Amino acid sequence: MYLNRLIAGAASLLALTVSAGAQTTLTIGTVNNSDMIRMQGLTDEFTKAHPDITVNWVTLEENVLRQRVTTDIATNGGQFDIMTIGTYEVPIWSKQGWLAPLDNLGQAYDVDDILPPIRNALSTDGQLFAAPFYAESVMTLYRTDLLEKAGLTMPEKPTWTFISEAAEKMTDKDAGVYGICLRGKPGWGENMAFLGNMAREFGANYFDASWQPQFESDGWKQAVTLYVDLMTKYGPPGAASNGFNENLSLFGQGKCGMWMDATVAASFVTDPKQSQVPDKVGFAPAPCGIDNCPNEGANWLWAWSLAIPQSSQKKEAAQTFIAWATSKDYLDLVASKEGWANVPPGTRTSLYENPEYTKAAPFAEATLAAINKADPSAGENKPYVGLQFAAIPEFQGLGTAVGQVMAAALSGQQSVDQALAAAQAQATREMTRAGYIK
Amino acid sequence: MARGISPTRKIGMTVLAWAVGFLIFFPILWTVLTSFKTELDAIAIPPKFLVFDWTTENYAAIQEQRNYFSFLMNSIYLSLGSTALGLLIAIPAAWAMAFSPTKRTKDVLLWMLSTKMMPAVGALVPITILFRNFGLLDSRIGLIVILCLINLPIIVWMLYTYFKEIPGEILEAARMDGASLVKEITQVLTPMALPGIASTILLNVILAWNEAFWTLLLTTTNAAPLSAFIASFSSPQGNFYAKLSAASTLAIAPILIIGWFSQKQLVRGLTFGAVK
Amino acid sequence: MATLHTKSAARAMMAPAVIALFVWMIVPLALTLWFSTLRYSFYGIDTPFVGFENYTYFLTDPRFLSAFQNTLILVLGVLFVTVVGGTLIALLLDQAFFGQSAVRLLVLAPFFVMPTVAALVWKNMMMNPVYGVISQVLAALGLPPVDWLNNYPLLSIIIIVAWQWLPFATLILLTSLQSLSEDQKEAAEMDGAGPLSIFFYITLPHMKRAITVVILIQTIFILSIYAEIFVTTGGGTSSSNLTFFIATLIQLDGDVGTASAGGIVAVILANIVSIFLVRLVGKNLEA
Repeated sequence: MYLNRLIAGAASLLALTVSAGAQTTLTIGTVNNSDMIRMQGLTDEFTKAHPDITVNWVTLEENVLRQRVTTDIATNGGQFDIMTIGTYEVPIWSKQGWLAPLDNLGQAYDVDDILPPIRNALSTDGQLFAAPFYAESVMTLYRTDLLEKAGLTMPEKPTWTFISEAAEKMTDKDAGVYGICLRGKPGWGENMAFLGNMAREFGANYFDASWQPQFESDGWKQAVTLYVDLMTKYGPPGAASNGFNENLSLFGQGKCGMWMDATVAASFVTDPKQSQVPDKVGFAPAPCGIDNCPNEGANWLWAWSLAIPQSSQKKEAAQTFIAWATSKDYLDLVASKEGWANVPPGTRTSLYENPEYTKAAPFAEATLAAINKADPSAGENKPYVGLQFAAIPEFQGLGTAVGQVMAAALSGQQSVDQALAAAQAQATREMTRAGYIK
Repeated sequence: MARGISPTRKIGMTVLAWAVGFLIFFPILWTVLTSFKTELDAIAIPPKFLVFDWTTENYAAIQEQRNYFSFLMNSIYLSLGSTALGLLIAIPAAWAMAFSPTKRTKDVLLWMLSTKMMPAVGALVPITILFRNFGLLDSRIGLIVILCLINLPIIVWMLYTYFKEIPGEILEAARMDGASLVKEITQVLTPMALPGIASTILLNVILAWNEAFWTLLLTTTNAAPLSAFIASFSSPQGNFYAKLSAASTLAIAPILIIGWFSQKQLVRGLTFGAVK
Repeated sequence: MATLHTKSAARAMMAPAVIALFVWMIVPLALTLWFSTLRYSFYGIDTPFVGFENYTYFLTDPRFLSAFQNTLILVLGVLFVTVVGGTLIALLLDQAFFGQSAVRLLVLAPFFVMPTVAALVWKNMMMNPVYGVISQVLAALGLPPVDWLNNYPLLSIIIIVAWQWLPFATLILLTSLQSLSEDQKEAAEMDGAGPLSIFFYITLPHMKRAITVVILIQTIFILSIYAEIFVTTGGGTSSSNLTFFIATLIQLDGDVGTASAGGIVAVILANIVSIFLVRLVGKNLEA
């Protein structure tokens, strides 16, 4: 042990003398999504321009990453200089004083270029606390060939009634084609992201103005009943363990007729390297369940973003990195290496004004429209910020517990009514204890 | 074994035993095979067993993304370090229990084992805060101590059962011959206890290698072992079975090979005094 | 041999291990006990004393009861599979056949596999209802695929954990079996005992001690199963055990107070189990 430490000490002494020009090492925690892995692959471009900074990546599966960064930031561990978090965490964490404001991103960064809904979602009291790496709303992805074969055309504003009919007609289980694929894997950011969005398409929220959970409201009942019904009849087997990634690979293999999910899915399913149906995909808005449904169906807003914890000792270098990774130049860099279609979407106005991008990305218009329609702000009947989630600390645990009940309903272990009653009871219990319900 | 066995029976048993062995080993075999497939072959229906385009592209892709060797080195450091520290503490304790047992020896032993039943999560927040205050987050030393403590009860017990098998008379005899305590330990006992110590080392290395709770929560890069490596590859976007298989193969191969080579020692020591 | 001198020497030799484990046990335990009386959340500003509120909240959570049940089912299920399966495989490996050492290597292998990897492999490559090998085999036999993790979550986890522990049980039981003298069996055979009665009246009693050790060691490890649940089902009332449920309270709710109360409850329950185990072990392990 002693020897070990001696060697380690000597080594660090040596390292100190060698790099007299204060080398800063950034530790960045991120999820193992393709866009982040691409960013990791482009690190050299950053360190070439900033030779005094080195970058250590901690790439983890989403759930593991969340646990790691939450424990770290809540106990003031200081193990990360940059964390990849979402629009759920940013408002909560910034109010806790856990995040350092991004006030020094540089002249060239052009904060005003960030899409307004995204910028708002990542700001508290007008101050930006995280920079969006890519952002998404929700859309309907469908197979143009299969829909045509079914003798239907996608309306400009689809309804759930139309979707049900299309799902039935597109399903051909013998050929391994399932009319509809939706998220079923339990988790507040997995099936509940979809279900929370779907419930809003039926006009229902998580909580009403007095913070009463709404799981037994008509909107939730209709949404979940339809969801379970569609997935049981026309969905793929094992749907209750399919999350975004699983559905992405099912759709890419041509097994899904329709898929309502995050808009980022569009760039993957149209990429010939990752999809077997790249030129047979159409894009439509998310369906409505009622007339004039809120946000015209786009009840989803998420941005994977980079933020700096207050506990970091290297905030300046960390801002330099964030300014690089979320800049216009980074988009150009990815475009030059991987083509415009693979650029991280949803963050900047200028990207959607770029004709090269809109030409290479057939989904650009639909994505932008959905993001601009998604309004997560709190309102009269909705005391919380957020659409597919509620930005309160209790939602992570509560949403996941409810998500597990929904997954049980999907796999037939419980009836929809039982599941919703259980969800309601669990949520009421937690919200009462947390002091929301007086 | 001495009895005459009919050849048909032996052949029947051979088939049966190999079938069972194959069945148990199959998930590992399948993982290794899948790691050499393309992502599309990995999910082909019907599955491809041996006839597919063998490729090492998954290993290349993984190495490009994460530096396997730094994780591997940390796994080696942590498992060897915690084992060494554990032996240092456990050998004297097991020794004392085996050679000067008191009425309470068995109670102490069982109490030690019961500390393993404590749910680790209870200690999550306290340990994280303590580690932060002592600057031990993401350090090998800190994790070595934790892993050592986790496995200490098992080490003590294994060594205890081993030492107990050493007949006390030999010690008496050595003492009669005027051997000093040092001599007694180095020349008489140690050689006799070596096989037991060897198998204890093996088991502890395996347990430390496979620990995935603390190693994941208390590390980022400098001390991150293979358990953190594998967490980068579980369910990313796109098809991932082949890459996941390659990462899994890389994570388990070293310990599997060590385990296979030393299985005789390991098996001998695994009995925990179950066989007299 | 036990002179006063050697006694104090013995104490000195035991001290480091005892002290280390005592500290390892008592410091977290004391802190957990303290936290369990506070309203302590990651997101709260202060941590007021709330007495037993965390305990009542934890114990009245419907998820507690299911987690408790699942813990028992998990432990008993795995023990059942490994002890029965281990005995059968040990009996098989004890027979004369070609390639004994090779088969032994195959059987031993799962023991070296990291729990996370084991769970990932089983979840994706074996139990997946579409691509999983099991479904493919069922399909080849003309049977419908089984959606293991969704329809039989706890059984699936039992299978995965039992697969990991089967080698351990098999090897201990095999070693014990091999120490049974042939003479005894032959004598019984002479008396006209059939293979079944030899097994039940001679072999099994001989293996009692080995079975006890298998139960003891495995219980300790299986009580705290975490990675297998995290990777496969991600919890829920149908598959999370106490350890996992308590972990969710911290990791998702950031509710350190309730999780600490849960931790204390789990320690109490574990102690009840260990008293039971100690009795069992005490009887069967007497030297």
